[in-house]
Amino acid sequence: MINSRLRRCGVAEVLLVLSIVILVVVVAVPILLIFGNAFITDDGFNLKTVIQLLSQPDTYKALKNSLVIATGVTILSTIIGVFFAWLVSRTDLPFKGTMKVLFLIPFMLPSFIGALAWKILLSPRSGYINKLFTELFGLEEPLFNIYTLTGIIVVESMYLFPFVFIQVSGAMERMDPTLEEAARISGAGLLTITRRITLPLMLPSIVAGALLVALYSLSHFGVPAILGTEVGIYNIPTKIYEKIYQSAGSFESIRTGTILSSILVSAAAVILYLQSLVLKSGRFQVISGKSMRPMLIKLRGLKIPLLILSVVYIGITVILPTVTIILVGTLKTYGLTIAPENMTINNLKYILFDWDLTKDAIWNSFYLSLAAAFVTMLVGSLISYVIVKMKVRGKFILEFLGVLPFSIPGTVIALGVILMWSGRFGINLYNTAWIIFVAYIARYMAFSLKSNSAALEQVHDSLEEAARACGAKHWQALRDIVIPLIRPGMVAAFFLIFLPALRELTTSVLLYGPHTRTLGVAIYALNEDGETVYAATLATVALVIIVLGQLLIKRVTRGKEESLGA
Amino acid sequence: MPEDVRLDRITKRFGHVTAVNALDVTINEGECFSMLGPSGCGKTTTLRMLAGFEDIDEGEIRVGDRIFSSKAKNYYLPPEKRDFGMVFQAFAVWPHLTIFDNVAFPLQIRGLPRHEIAEKTKRALSYTNLLSVEGSYPNELSGGAKQRIALARAIAINPTVMLLDEPLSNLDPKLREEMRFEIKDLQRKLGFTIVFVTHDQSEAMALSDRMLVMRDGIVQQIDAPLTVYDRPANRFVFSFIGLSNFIPVEIFDSKVYVQGEGQAGEIRVGLPETPLPDKPVLAFRPSDVQMVEGGDIIGIVKRRAYLGDIVDYRVMVGGVEVRIQSGARRSHYAVGDRCGLRIGKFHWFQGE
Repeated sequence: MINSRLRRCGVAEVLLVLSIVILVVVVAVPILLIFGNAFITDDGFNLKTVIQLLSQPDTYKALKNSLVIATGVTILSTIIGVFFAWLVSRTDLPFKGTMKVLFLIPFMLPSFIGALAWKILLSPRSGYINKLFTELFGLEEPLFNIYTLTGIIVVESMYLFPFVFIQVSGAMERMDPTLEEAARISGAGLLTITRRITLPLMLPSIVAGALLVALYSLSHFGVPAILGTEVGIYNIPTKIYEKIYQSAGSFESIRTGTILSSILVSAAAVILYLQSLVLKSGRFQVISGKSMRPMLIKLRGLKIPLLILSVVYIGITVILPTVTIILVGTLKTYGLTIAPENMTINNLKYILFDWDLTKDAIWNSFYLSLAAAFVTMLVGSLISYVIVKMKVRGKFILEFLGVLPFSIPGTVIALGVILMWSGRFGINLYNTAWIIFVAYIARYMAFSLKSNSAALEQVHDSLEEAARACGAKHWQALRDIVIPLIRPGMVAAFFLIFLPALRELTTSVLLYGPHTRTLGVAIYALNEDGETVYAATLATVALVIIVLGQLLIKRVTRGKEESLGA
Repeated sequence: MPEDVRLDRITKRFGHVTAVNALDVTINEGECFSMLGPSGCGKTTTLRMLAGFEDIDEGEIRVGDRIFSSKAKNYYLPPEKRDFGMVFQAFAVWPHLTIFDNVAFPLQIRGLPRHEIAEKTKRALSYTNLLSVEGSYPNELSGGAKQRIALARAIAINPTVMLLDEPLSNLDPKLREEMRFEIKDLQRKLGFTIVFVTHDQSEAMALSDRMLVMRDGIVQQIDAPLTVYDRPANRFVFSFIGLSNFIPVEIFDSKVYVQGEGQAGEIRVGLPETPLPDKPVLAFRPSDVQMVEGGDIIGIVKRRAYLGDIVDYRVMVGGVEVRIQSGARRSHYAVGDRCGLRIGKFHWFQGE
C-alpha cells in the first residue's frame, strides 16, 4: 500500500512540482506584481492614474526617445549586419575567416564601456577627438556631439549589429547552394541572384536579427545612461532609474516604474510574437541538400577597398574605444593629453588594492556571477529535463514560464524583485547581495533553459529507456546516463550566464546597496561622479576579465569537441 | 551541325585527387545519356563541369560548334550563358516565389516580353501538369510536385540540352518510377538531349539510350544498357550492375577447378577461345544458375530465404559462397542439402 502510493508521487511528480515552484517564485510572481502595481491601486483597477502618469511630459518624452532610439538602432544595425554578413559569406573577400571572427568582437565588448570610450572621445567640449579638431582647424563647434539621439543610436548599433550579422551569415552558409546555382543556370548573373534569390531567401533571418536588435535597444540602459542623462535625454529604462534613484525608492516612483515596465514588457511580447510568426512561416525554409562549396561573388576591383573598409570599421568600433579606455585609465588627471609623462600605474594599484569601493565591486561581481551561474545552470537543467523529456500534464505552464524571462528587460526584472523581496512577503532582501542574486537567476534563466534543452534534445529517449531496461531506477538512469551526456550543454549554460553576469549593469544598478556595488555599477557610478579616469581604469580591468573568460570558454568548448570526436 | 555534346579528354583535379581523368565522350543530339557510378566516382563533377560550375583542368567542352570550356584556349563560358536546363538533386525550387514565378524566372532573366513569358510559362506548366497550382508556393506541395516545378523551370526556355543531377533520389520509390516516365515523355515531346547522373543502376537502365560507368574518375564502359549488362567490360562493371557471384578458379589440363579444392572442385564449363587472364575468376549472376540433379558443379545449401516469388539460396561451392535466386515454384532444397548447379551464362575476369 505505502509502496504503491510512494511510487505514485515518484521522481517525475517531485521534479515537476519543484520546477513549477521555482519558476513561479523567481519569474512569474515578480512580473505579476509589476502589472498589479501598475494597474491596481487601493481603489481597484485604475486606468486613470496610468494615463495621467504617462501623459506627464517627461515620461511621454522617455517613451518617444525609446521608440526613436530603437527604430534607429534597428535600421542601422540591420544595414551594417546584412552588408558584412554578405561580404564574409558570399564574396571572395580576402581573410574572410579572420574578418568573421573580428565582426563578432563587438558582441563581447560591454556597450556601456563602449559608450564610456565614445564619451571620452566625442563629448562636445572635452572629447579628445573634438578637442583635436577644434585645435587643428579652429572649429567653433565640436566635430560631432555624442550627447545626442544620433550619438546614442550610432554607438548602440556598433555593439548590437552582430545580432543581425550572426543570424544572416549563419543562414547564408546553411543555405542550399543549388538554389543559387539553379538561378545561375537559368541565365541570371551574380548580382541579379543576390537581389532576387539570396536576399529574399534571407529575409526571415534578417527580420529575426532585426527584431532581436529592436528588443534589446528598446530596453537598453547602458548607452543612453552614459550618453543621454547628462543632457536630459532619457529612454524608458534610464527614466525608471532616475525616478527611483532620485526619490530613494518612493511608492510614487515605483508606480511610474511599473507602468513604464508594463509598456516595455508588452512591446517585447509583440516583438517576440512577430518573430515567431516570421520563423514559423515555412515558405522560406531553405533546407540544405548535399553541401557543395557555394559560389562566391568575385569582387574584383572592389576587393581591396572593401577589405580596407571592413578593417577600418573594426578599427573604429573595437580597437579605438578599447585603446582609449586603456590609455585614459592610466592618466594622472582627466583631460591631460595622452603622453607618457602623464601616465601612471598608480590608478590600477589604487583600484585593485587600496580602494574598498572598487575592490568590493570586483569581488561582488565575481561571487554573484559564479553563484548565479551555478544555481541557474542546475535549476535550468532540471526544468529543461521536465520540459523536454517528461510526459506529464501541466508542463506547458513550464514552457510558458521558461520563455517568459527572455522577453523581460533587466530593468523590469529589477523592479519585480524589489516588489517581491522587500518585505511584502515577509522576506526583506533589499540592499543585500541576495536581491541581486535572485534577480540574476530570473534574468538568466532563459539562457540556461535554451542551452540545456538543446543538449537534452540531442539525447534520444531510448538511451534513458535502455538504462531503465537494464534495471536502473529513474534517478540512476539520470545520474549515469542523462547527466553525463548533457554535461557539455550544462557547461555552456554556466558560461553563457557567468560572463554576461560579470559585466551586468541594467539590473544591478537598480538593486545595489551601499556595500553591494557590482563591477558594472561601480564603473557607471564612477563615471557619474566625474571620476572618468578611475571609471576607465576599472573598465580596463573588466575588459581583461572578459577577454580571459572568453579564452577560457574557447578552451572548454574545444575540449568538448575533442571528446565528441573520440 | 547537330547539337552534339562533346567532352574532349576533360580532366579535373581537386588538390592531389584526380576527380575526373581524361574523360572522352560524345553525347548525340536527342540522346538520353546517363553517368553511373558509386559516390565519389566523379560523375557529378563531370556534370558540373559541363554546366559550368567547375573549371576544367584539361581538355575541352563543346556543344555543336560552340566552345563552352577550353583549357588550351583558356576560355570559359559562365553557366548563365550556356542555355542549359538543369534539375538538381534537392530540387532547388525557390520557396519565396510562386510556382508560376519559379518557372517564369529564366524567361524573365532573358528579358522576353510579358505575354511571351506568360505563354511559355503556361506551356511548361501544362507539360508538367502544374497549371492548376501555378499560384501556390512550393512548400505547400509534395516532393513529387517540387520535382515537377524544377522540371518545368528547366524546360521553360526550351533548351537543347537538359542536365539532371540525381533528380529522382529524393523521391520515394513509387514516385521515382512515375517520374522516370514523365521525364521520358517530356523528352519525346520536346526532343532535348538528356545528360543525367545517378548512382541507381536500375534508374540508368530504365531511362538511358547509352550509359557511362565510372569509377575513381576513370571511365569503365560506355554502351547501351543491355550491352553493359550482358557484356560488361570488366569485373567492376559486372558487380556494379546487378547481383553477381565470383569464383576464383585454377586450370589443369584444360579443366576448370575451384581454387584450392583439387579434384572435388571441378567445374564443368567450357574454356573461352581467347586466352584466360592471370588468376582467372568465373563470374555469373544469381538468376543465371539453375539448381538441378547433376549439374556443372556440386554445392551444399548453407542458407535459404523466401522472398515471395523467388527463393534466395546461399550455396557453398568448396570454400566460396555463391548466391542463387531460383523461382519459388521450382524444386526446393533444404539447408544442408547437396545440390547440382548448372551455370547458364558466365564471364571470365581477371582476379583482384
